[in-house]
Amino acid sequence: MKPKYALTLFIWMLMSSLAATAPAQDSIKIAFIEGLSGPFANVGEIGLRHYQIATEAVSARGGVLGGKKLEIVPFDSKTNPQEALLVLRQAIDQGIRYIAQGNGSSVALALADGVAKHNARNPEKSVVFLNYAAVDPVLTNDKCTFWHFRFDADGDMKMRALTNYMATQKGIKKVYLINQDYSFGQAVAKSARAMLNAKRPDVEIVGDDLHPLGRVKDFSPYVAKIKATGADSVITGNWGNDLALLVKAGKDAGLKVDYYTYYAGAASVVTAIGDAGVGHVKQVTTWHANIGGKGAAEHTVAYRARFPDVRDDLYFSSVRVAIDALAVAMEKAKSADPAKVAGAMEGLKLEDDSGEVTIRADNHQLIQPLYVSTLVHANGKDVKFDVEKTGLGFRTDARIEGKDTVMPTTCKMQRP
Amino acid sequence: MEFFLVTLLNSLSYGLLLFMLSSGLTLIFSMMGVLNFAHASFYMLGAYFAYQTGLYVGFWPALFLAPLLVGALGALTERYGLRTVHKFGHVAELLFTFGLAYVIEEIVHLIWGRAPVDYRIPAGLDFTLFTLFTTQYPAYRAFMMLVSVGMLAALYLGLTRTRIGLVIQASLTHPDMVEALGHNVPRVFMLVFAGGAALAGLAGVIGGNAFITEPGMAVAVGSIVFVVVVFGGMGSLTGAFIASLIIGALQTFSVALDYSMLDLFAKIGVSVPPNSSWHGLWSITISQTAPVMPYLLMVLMLIVRPRGLMGTRES
Repeated sequence: MKPKYALTLFIWMLMSSLAATAPAQDSIKIAFIEGLSGPFANVGEIGLRHYQIATEAVSARGGVLGGKKLEIVPFDSKTNPQEALLVLRQAIDQGIRYIAQGNGSSVALALADGVAKHNARNPEKSVVFLNYAAVDPVLTNDKCTFWHFRFDADGDMKMRALTNYMATQKGIKKVYLINQDYSFGQAVAKSARAMLNAKRPDVEIVGDDLHPLGRVKDFSPYVAKIKATGADSVITGNWGNDLALLVKAGKDAGLKVDYYTYYAGAASVVTAIGDAGVGHVKQVTTWHANIGGKGAAEHTVAYRARFPDVRDDLYFSSVRVAIDALAVAMEKAKSADPAKVAGAMEGLKLEDDSGEVTIRADNHQLIQPLYVSTLVHANGKDVKFDVEKTGLGFRTDARIEGKDTVMPTTCKMQRP
Repeated sequence: MEFFLVTLLNSLSYGLLLFMLSSGLTLIFSMMGVLNFAHASFYMLGAYFAYQTGLYVGFWPALFLAPLLVGALGALTERYGLRTVHKFGHVAELLFTFGLAYVIEEIVHLIWGRAPVDYRIPAGLDFTLFTLFTTQYPAYRAFMMLVSVGMLAALYLGLTRTRIGLVIQASLTHPDMVEALGHNVPRVFMLVFAGGAALAGLAGVIGGNAFITEPGMAVAVGSIVFVVVVFGGMGSLTGAFIASLIIGALQTFSVALDYSMLDLFAKIGVSVPPNSSWHGLWSITISQTAPVMPYLLMVLMLIVRPRGLMGTRES
């Protein structure tokens, strides 16, 4: 290659890379910090699509603060707390003042801490953390900060809903707990044990396993162990492949148990278990496609139309609520300054598919209805939408009103 | 009893898969004296190639095509990569394979993305083979074992009973003599490297859909395969076979053992109060430490017997 051509090529590459990173003039950027590679990359990509469609909806409505668009900038944290802190620094250096994360409470704890420290040192450049799925209760209790907002229900709220439902299921005799070995999985195991003992002292907990996060590719040894205990129900907070591979191994070995889960509705879990899961896979969520009402149906259809090439479906309502809350709070504060927006988000009320939702001012936890649902065949009536084109969808067993999910908090909010 | 038998079968199928991976690695090591860091990447490529070719021709042709493709890639790697850097010594070769592993991972990212691909067990093998007491045993697991054992037999017969096997064996120990007899030793090396890569590719074809096909799969098995090779003794096929089965059983069975140091203390009449700062450490069960077990075993082996179970070299 002649030097002249090489130089031209170099300049061309430089320009195209500049074009790619040049900031859009009138947009407010949100850094999406999530594991976009590694064992949970698929879940990260699902979250990213949710943020894309939610921000596009806000832009389509005319944007915020007189026409500014919201823009998502993805960063790969590899679902690792140290990596997440590095990319948080990158995002802040690029001038981004809002971050979103959800997969992995260990990552969320690191980010919440990192954001709080950054804001204490640089109050004029403070950052707000929108958490859409990290549900370790400690984030809105002992480790709460003014800058962190959680739009999913915390692990204890979900476990309370789930165990209340289990208390009505007289067939449950032996329960097996299997969870990922990190802060969230340990919290699920602990609260499941405590709440089950209180509500159903007759139920025996026959096993309590913690397995490494995202590293088990073959769950058949665990399934053999579950089988050996004679358990009739399994409670698990597993998500992503850790749940899909667990139910797949269970199906292959002919394990006949009811799965009480947090995350069965997403990331190929229903695909993995298929018809064997009908009537046996249950989940507790803030939303699912068949909760009824116009909003849920419209949002489900819109997601499928926007992403026709992927197998997954709309799953997190928390992403939509987070983005809507951000837009409303910006209008209310008449500013995109994170400190003012965070203040405006406290106590904010919004309408979502399931009704009115409120952001608690004392610990920044969103209060919203919860649903316990069971996997059944889609029937076009109360189970109109299936999951991942499997012909199977979720049907509501119980709806828990927002006010009944409120838990006491130990949060001592430090406001700037 | 049911639990024991099922777990035994599970550990056998896992151990045999490990052997398929480590046999190629250990062969390449005994031939070139170099640990091929990119070996697990060939395993990953096998899975991705099978997924991609399977989309067009179905699983069965892909079962043969994908290892051939990976083998061809292995041959090219040896001919134009390793052989070129060979003159700079072992460190250069080691660094080359190390870099190659990263390059392959990035290429996989570029072509197939960072999320897992939907590579599934063929419908023809997705049924229950037999029911052991009440546990169903999937046919695909049996198929995995069959392929592994078939490959083991073919490898053994090929190396000991055929002319080319004898030439390979001779080239490993006396390359100069073999060359003097008129054989093309570099070509033998290339063949062995390609063969080792193809074996890893085959393991990827049958392991990729049984577990999961994603860009992290090479890293996930890579370290375990090294443990197998070091534990079994560098360059020893028999050692790798025994080590694969031991490590497969160790990982599978340790999941079931819910014993912790606390239980042991209770047995000898010592109680640790739950608020003691050591309580957390002592209450870790064996099942929680299952992923660390193979590495612990490797460290112990290196201390007690540095050349491994069946190894012949000290280094």
